[in-house]
Amino acid sequence: MDLDPVALSRIQFAFTVSFHIIFPAFTIGLAAWLATLEGLHMATGNVLYRRLFAFWLKVFAVAFGMGVVSGIVMAFQFGTNWSELATRTGPIQGPLLAYESFTAFLLEATFFGVLMFGRDRVPRWAYFASTLMVALGTTFSAFWIMANNTWMQVPMAYELTASGDTVPTDWQEILFNDVLWVRFPHMLLGAYLTTAFSVAATGAWYLLRHRHLYAARTMLAMGLGLAAVLTPAQIVIGHFNGEYTAEHQPAKFTAMEGRWQTEQPARLLLLAWPDVEAERNVWELGIPYLGSFVTKGNFSAAEPGIVTVPPDERPPFLIPFYGFRVMVGLGVIMLALAWAGVWLMAKGRLRDPEHLPRWFLWAVFLHFPSGFIAVLAGWFTAEVGRQPWVVQGLLRTADAVTPSLSGEAVLVSLLAYVSVYALIFSAGTFYIYRLLRAGLDEADPEPEPAAPQAPPAAGQGVTPSRPLGAAGGSFQPGAGTSAPRPDTA
Amino acid sequence: MPMDLQHFWGAVLALSILIYVLLDGFDLGVGILFGLNRDEAQRRDMMGSIAPVWDGNETWLIVVGTVLFGAFPVVYSIFLSAFYLPVALLLVALILRGVAFEFRYKTHRGRWIWDFGFVAGSAVASFVQGAAIGAMVAGITVDGRNFAGSPFDWVAPFPLLCGFGLVAGYALLGAAWLVLKTEGELRDWAWHWIPRLMTAVIVFVGLALVGTLIGDFRVVDRWLAQPWLFLLPVLASLAAWQLYRACAKQRSDWHPYALTSVLFLTAYLMLAGSFWPWLVPYDLTLAQAAAPQASLEFLFWGAGVVVLPVILVYTGVVYWVFRGKVAPGQQYH
Ligand code: HDD
Ligand code: HEM
Ligand code: HEM
Repeated sequence: MDLDPVALSRIQFAFTVSFHIIFPAFTIGLAAWLATLEGLHMATGNVLYRRLFAFWLKVFAVAFGMGVVSGIVMAFQFGTNWSELATRTGPIQGPLLAYESFTAFLLEATFFGVLMFGRDRVPRWAYFASTLMVALGTTFSAFWIMANNTWMQVPMAYELTASGDTVPTDWQEILFNDVLWVRFPHMLLGAYLTTAFSVAATGAWYLLRHRHLYAARTMLAMGLGLAAVLTPAQIVIGHFNGEYTAEHQPAKFTAMEGRWQTEQPARLLLLAWPDVEAERNVWELGIPYLGSFVTKGNFSAAEPGIVTVPPDERPPFLIPFYGFRVMVGLGVIMLALAWAGVWLMAKGRLRDPEHLPRWFLWAVFLHFPSGFIAVLAGWFTAEVGRQPWVVQGLLRTADAVTPSLSGEAVLVSLLAYVSVYALIFSAGTFYIYRLLRAGLDEADPEPEPAAPQAPPAAGQGVTPSRPLGAAGGSFQPGAGTSAPRPDTA
Repeated sequence: MPMDLQHFWGAVLALSILIYVLLDGFDLGVGILFGLNRDEAQRRDMMGSIAPVWDGNETWLIVVGTVLFGAFPVVYSIFLSAFYLPVALLLVALILRGVAFEFRYKTHRGRWIWDFGFVAGSAVASFVQGAAIGAMVAGITVDGRNFAGSPFDWVAPFPLLCGFGLVAGYALLGAAWLVLKTEGELRDWAWHWIPRLMTAVIVFVGLALVGTLIGDFRVVDRWLAQPWLFLLPVLASLAAWQLYRACAKQRSDWHPYALTSVLFLTAYLMLAGSFWPWLVPYDLTLAQAAAPQASLEFLFWGAGVVVLPVILVYTGVVYWVFRGKVAPGQQYH
């Protein structure tokens, strides 16, 4: 049997990196969320924030652990499977990844230990500073890896030596170009949105089950409130992502747009059923003129189709096309949900979370995974759309593979990763599910709201002075702050 | 005058490897010893003694990898392709042991899986590192800028011997760490493992010496050319002797870790002396393998002179925060 080391290495890389990104997408946002909660707790003394912190820290620990172990695999695959790439572009990619380990990995890994075990050993400000360090580390990490990947999408500021190696000529350009500074915010916002929806969905879940009403309300409000601001920003930045793609990677752009033939004026396809063999769409739904408008700003510009690209430089059509639609579709849904949530809050329905419409809670709850899916879809669009190049226009994926690599060896490592990842992924998601289902630590006092005149639910009514009576059963926004603060000492 | 950045990054690489070995070495060692202890309370304390720091320790491996990638990309390519299967094995092992820190406390019925992963992962990761060093001593087949050997070159008696040797060595470091960080029965248990592991290490080193002479590796010439190297084994023997004495007296819980570190340091210098100035022995020298000046400079002004000192400071501070004995039974989960 003839095993192709290139094809298998591609499968392995795509599999391991897709697995990896699931966790950063979550932990980048969670680290910032934990820092926010700790900061709020220090500022207000409200015990609720401390309880939320303790709760989400457990989830963070599991996700972070899986992010770290799957990331280590990534750091070595450039050499094991793509040694040609590593040798030739190492002078540029290597320092970027080295900066990532110096500024990001060590920072987050070291202060993660303080976060988990240092509560009693350091002063409060130092603990808070540690949460900030972890959040900063994850942000730096995203920056360097995006800088690296951006250089692969749009190689710049380099010279080639006689042996075909890249030599950097201008680091400033590599770090401060327009492409990176739309992609990095897009990734960061993607991670924040992923976390915002996970947090809001957890809140919605508890509300649906009539648990932890006060904490649940806080999670729902903070998650959706953040998403209401960030989603439109993400859509705008996403649009700039599209602009850079159209400019620098026209082949990818045609696939994302689903355009086979050049059109003037061009339509904007919403949905289509492409037939790759026949090089046309069997069925399509589009808006006339809008395609020209979105990219060129007028209603008559010509937009090239993929047939203008030489056949051996065309990316696969379907994955960028559908990946892009999944991402954008989820972005639109997120916007609708977040704004609906803010509207409901503004109307005051959230003050009495029991009276939020159940369909709405269900909708938020079901969107727990939407950020993860959008992030993956975005990466698939970006990466598959770059094929057949690994470094756009410079090095083909097929030429980047390790020369000595045999297909059998890759098959062995691929099977090993698949089985180990299957094991830890199922266990990890199950443990996270169990943590979420178990809920907040019941031992802490919680200023839960209760239905008017209803006695406190069993197991929750431990706090002697619950702030209900005066509020007449409905929730006051400031109720939490007037609650007893046993831990502010 | 251009600074000699190649040597600067060679030195950072050497320092990172040393830090990695001394730090992750003890927590891999604790993982190996975990398999020899059946007592759940003691197991918790063992894990507790490394839980706050293992992640940072392991990250030095990534630092080593990325410094290679950034400053010596050819070496990064050659090593990782030469050790394709061992690296995959190493990574799988590190995954299994890494998730165990969280996962074993999340389940009762499934705990044995993660305990097994923790022990086997620690042992395999140590073994693979030793085998890779052994394979380097024996020599890697290189053609131009590419690895040109077979994926199983490292499966030879000498590398395998080095693999087992490092398992024993890391276990020794782990036992020394446990003496330092724990009290009571667990510390006694660790004390009594130290002389046995020391003896095992001596046996492996002896066999490796014989193997080197039989294999007629080029290291021998390097040693004859630099006779000062022979001082190192003398120093190592002194440290080993002191370690046996320390175990007999058990006067200070610091002695084993300090002495074992000296042992590792001498072993490390012996290796460095055998290879210097080659990075891929004996094909590429440090200077031949270095990335262009523009890459080294970019790394130097940020990562080298600013970030690295900061890292050393906060790493020290965090170890200081977690100083002292792990109180028995004081576990987090
Ligand atoms: C935008 C975010 C992002 C992306 C695209 C990637 N990573 Fe990542 N990575 C992170 C964001 C991140 C993080 C947030 O920093 C992680 C995830 C969870 C964690 O613990 O740290 C991390 C962990 C992590 C680690 C372990 C660090 C440690 O020990 O603390 C390594 C070695 C890598 N990554 C390497 C890579 C490589 C080589 C990638 C590309 C092919 C990659 N990551 C894609
Ligand atoms: C974390 C999010 C990422 C995801 C989900 C992702 C996904 C993918 C996928 C699906 C491919 C396969 C394309 C194909 O072969 O058809 C690919 C290729 C590749 N990507 Fe990424 N990628 C991510 C990030 C990165 C980053 C940050 C880098 C660089 C630092 C990178 C480097 C590469 C390389 C070297 C290839 C070529 C190997 C291959 O074709 O499989 N990727 N990626
Ligand atoms: C709704 C409007 C959105 C638009 C117009 C948009 C646009 C784009 C475009 C054009 C790309 C491809 C860039 C490339 O090829 O390099 C992209 C990539 C990506 N998108 Fe979006 N996006 C949107 C929403 C989202 C949302 C909601 C998320 C996540 C929550 C997200 C996450 C990502 C990620 C992770 C990537 C890959 C990284 C990158 O290439 O920068 N996007 N987006």
